[in-house]
Amino acid sequence: MMHFLLLFSRQGKLRLQKWFLPLPERERKKIVKDMTTMVLARKPRTCNFLHWKDLKIVYKRYASLYFCCALENQDNELLALEILHRYVELLDKYFGNVCELDIIFNFEKAYFILDELLMGGEIQETSKLSIVKSIEASDMLQETMEEYISKPAF
Amino acid sequence: MRMPAPIRLRELIRTIRTARTQAEEREMIQKECAAIRSSFREEDNTYRCRNVAKLLYMHMLGYPAHFGQLECLKLIASQKFTDKRIGYLGAMLLLDERQDVHLLMTNCIKNDLNHSTQYVQGLALCTLGCMGSSEMCRDLAGEVEKLLKTSNSYLRKKAALCAVHVIRKVPELMEMFLPATKNLLSEKNHGVLHTSVVLLTEMCERSPDMLSHFRKLVPQLVRILKNLIMSGYSPEHDVSGISDPFLQVRILRLLRILGKGDDDSSEAMNDILAQVATNTETSKNVGNAILYETVLTIMDIKSESGLRVLAINILGRFLLNNDKNIRYVALTSLLKTVQTDHNAVQRHRSTIVDCLKDLDVSIKRRAMELSFALVNGNNIRGMMKELLYFLDSCDPDFKADCASGIFLAAEKYAPSKRWHIDTIMRVLTTAGSYVRDDSVPNLIQLITNSVEMHAYTVQRLYKALLDDISQQPLVQVASWCIGEYGDLLVSGQCEEEEPIQVSEDEVLDVLEGLLVSNLSTPVTRGYSLTAIMKLSTRFSSLNRIKKVVSIYGSSIDVELQQRAVEYNALFKKYDHMRPALLERMPIMEKTATNGPSETVQTNGETDSTILDTKHLPSISQPASQANDLLDLLGGNDVVPIIQTTVPTKPASAGGELLDLLGDLSLTGGPTPTPASSVPMSQPPFLLDGLTSQPLFNDIAAVIPPMTAYNKNGLIIEFTFERSNPNPNIAVITIHATNSTEADMTEFVFQAAVPKTFQLQLLSPSSNVVPAFNQGSVTQVIRVLNPQKVRCYCEPRTHSASYRSRSSEISPFVLKHLQKSDECLSGAKLNIAKLKLRAASH
Repeated sequence: MMHFLLLFSRQGKLRLQKWFLPLPERERKKIVKDMTTMVLARKPRTCNFLHWKDLKIVYKRYASLYFCCALENQDNELLALEILHRYVELLDKYFGNVCELDIIFNFEKAYFILDELLMGGEIQETSKLSIVKSIEASDMLQETMEEYISKPAF
Repeated sequence: MRMPAPIRLRELIRTIRTARTQAEEREMIQKECAAIRSSFREEDNTYRCRNVAKLLYMHMLGYPAHFGQLECLKLIASQKFTDKRIGYLGAMLLLDERQDVHLLMTNCIKNDLNHSTQYVQGLALCTLGCMGSSEMCRDLAGEVEKLLKTSNSYLRKKAALCAVHVIRKVPELMEMFLPATKNLLSEKNHGVLHTSVVLLTEMCERSPDMLSHFRKLVPQLVRILKNLIMSGYSPEHDVSGISDPFLQVRILRLLRILGKGDDDSSEAMNDILAQVATNTETSKNVGNAILYETVLTIMDIKSESGLRVLAINILGRFLLNNDKNIRYVALTSLLKTVQTDHNAVQRHRSTIVDCLKDLDVSIKRRAMELSFALVNGNNIRGMMKELLYFLDSCDPDFKADCASGIFLAAEKYAPSKRWHIDTIMRVLTTAGSYVRDDSVPNLIQLITNSVEMHAYTVQRLYKALLDDISQQPLVQVASWCIGEYGDLLVSGQCEEEEPIQVSEDEVLDVLEGLLVSNLSTPVTRGYSLTAIMKLSTRFSSLNRIKKVVSIYGSSIDVELQQRAVEYNALFKKYDHMRPALLERMPIMEKTATNGPSETVQTNGETDSTILDTKHLPSISQPASQANDLLDLLGGNDVVPIIQTTVPTKPASAGGELLDLLGDLSLTGGPTPTPASSVPMSQPPFLLDGLTSQPLFNDIAAVIPPMTAYNKNGLIIEFTFERSNPNPNIAVITIHATNSTEADMTEFVFQAAVPKTFQLQLLSPSSNVVPAFNQGSVTQVIRVLNPQKVRCYCEPRTHSASYRSRSSEISPFVLKHLQKSDECLSGAKLNIAKLKLRAASH
């Protein structure tokens, strides 16, 4: 299973953090720091895999954002790259030519989409179409509500 | 007066991003947090969602947000979908099972799991499945199980992963999900299929019973996989021309678990594995991901040899792939298979060695590990050339591991002693400061045992010292060698290469230089002082050495001071002992373990890094028996155990044992009493089954028998077994034979062990060892080593006719007497000369 998934910018600013294991806040902060340091130090044409403690770290850079996840020993790193790519595709579909700013200003949506793709560190849906439909339907539920109270919820 | 509406989330984000300094940002955030806090206090339902969302943003920037935890719970309890969405998100980010607060969620989640809207149910399942604590899982497992049986595929797939989480948290609940798994695989929906496979995998990994139960699914899984491969283009699941790679990989992984160790299952999946391995498109990462998983599966199950070769060849092709990730993954997989399919991997050796030159650090590391695994007697020369080159040029992070690996490989497969020494020299000179501290004693032992290379070795080391004294391990080994073989150095005896001309003074200059240099560590200084001292019996410049030694008698470094003082004493009061004490080291028998943790017994002459016992027994102590035994074993925790049949005279017992050589008033009853003599203060369990018959039949000698003593016609052999009733007890049977012309009478075997040991000597068969090998004396020793401590045992043979010849006692070392088989078989006995013993007589 995946232990965590982080998104951070090239300056090391965190844009999203998804934890699939219960860890105290202090430890989460430390891990984020370690990951950003390690990944940002990597030279451009090196492989996308690292070793950290007993985990395999898989990271990929998309424009100005680094997508970084941690896997257990028996997980398939090459497939993890596909998972990260799938997530980016979903964000792209949703936001239309997604860029870092979209994720900054709509971070909660990024989480909602992620929660349709992964759960408990495992993939829950392999069909892009299905996920997009679910998100649209959920958004519809939310909008209906907002129309009702005639103001944006947040 | 009503507060104005809290600012919207996007507005806040925009504002915070305009901050130009950290301080400015902190100020904005503090202001907003204050506003949010008062809004929370007012119990404002309308804007709670907005405020929590803002809080989550600030939390991501690193600011504390714990005061929003309860608010998340209120949002979850709200009827509005928007509230729930943010509430659950907040719970997942701000709450974890460490806080008691999270349990308050349980009821809300329970209600939401039964909600009429599937997206609300989905939120609840997701939250439970990501961060549910054990208590929550216990409370809600029933609900999850219900949802696992629903026909709604959106919910079913989420319920499956939620079940996975429940099982991970509370494994005992696994059973209750079993009925629901019945027709999971007949689903058409890929989401459900995928999560079902994950659930089945989790169950099989955790329970062997589940594993056997689910083996019957192999045909169905094979069919599903086949359909995925054979089916035409499916837009919904296609990734670069491959249909649902995620599902394919998960199925392959489950097949691996089901096929492992099971012939039938493995056979049932052979075909599909071959098909996937040959038909998968390899131009993109996604195809290679599937191939990778396939290879792992093939290697793990009981596949036909043709299939295995196919798998290794795939990995070989991976190694040549342009994509670094693929190369990395190939090296990792080869590392896993190199033990089981060694020859197949050897075929790719040259490609692997090329990867040492890769620019990527991760690849280099893997290639290095794999290279070491591939070294054998045939390729050692070539491989070592590459590895030494690698050692020269690699990053400092690698050097320690690489050096250790080279030492190990060289020790195992060195084609000649000269080559071995040269290799060590190369490592010491190129990466000398990265070499692990514990390799120093290993190297010293190695050098000592390469007798014919002594002159060559000391010359090379001396020359290396002239170049560079900064690398401590090199300096330590070099000092030790110079101290030991300095005479060979100045006499120019080297055969292997042109002998150098060096005088005693020059050598002493170098050693003294080490003592004063800032680059030398205290340990190194200890080495060089001892080396200088040793040269007092090899060189003629006695006065110079005496001077150095006396100077350091007042050194600030306590270790150095102590050494110097004792060496001084050696010059003054005990000069007669000096030659024997500082004699050349004997060959040290190697221990079975190749690990660097072995220490070398250097008897009277120890360096502080090697043994942390007293480095020289205090010579000023009276040479009483008990003390001598204690000194021998280097500690105060030794209990001399006298063998039982000779009636011991309390006070003069020591005298008896001591007088091995000299005139003895031989005591000891004429015939030993073979009756069951109760050993002194032994714990009851050792008294079990006390007979002199062979007591144990057990696993046939896990340790091969060995000769513990062989001198002047007396041979003592040890055979080992493990005690049947109590495997912690090792049983040593000694056989003593005598090939001289005269009988050896009053033969007495004694042993001394540290206090943590329990030793029991049973009665010997006789105390006369007949001449001309006409018979033998046997005696059984039972040893219990509860703390698995190293034991130094000393046999003392005491025989009337023997006494004139033997001038030394051979202690032996019983190392690592442990429970496990491999350790027991690895324990060997070392025999080393004790010069002190002899010297004191």
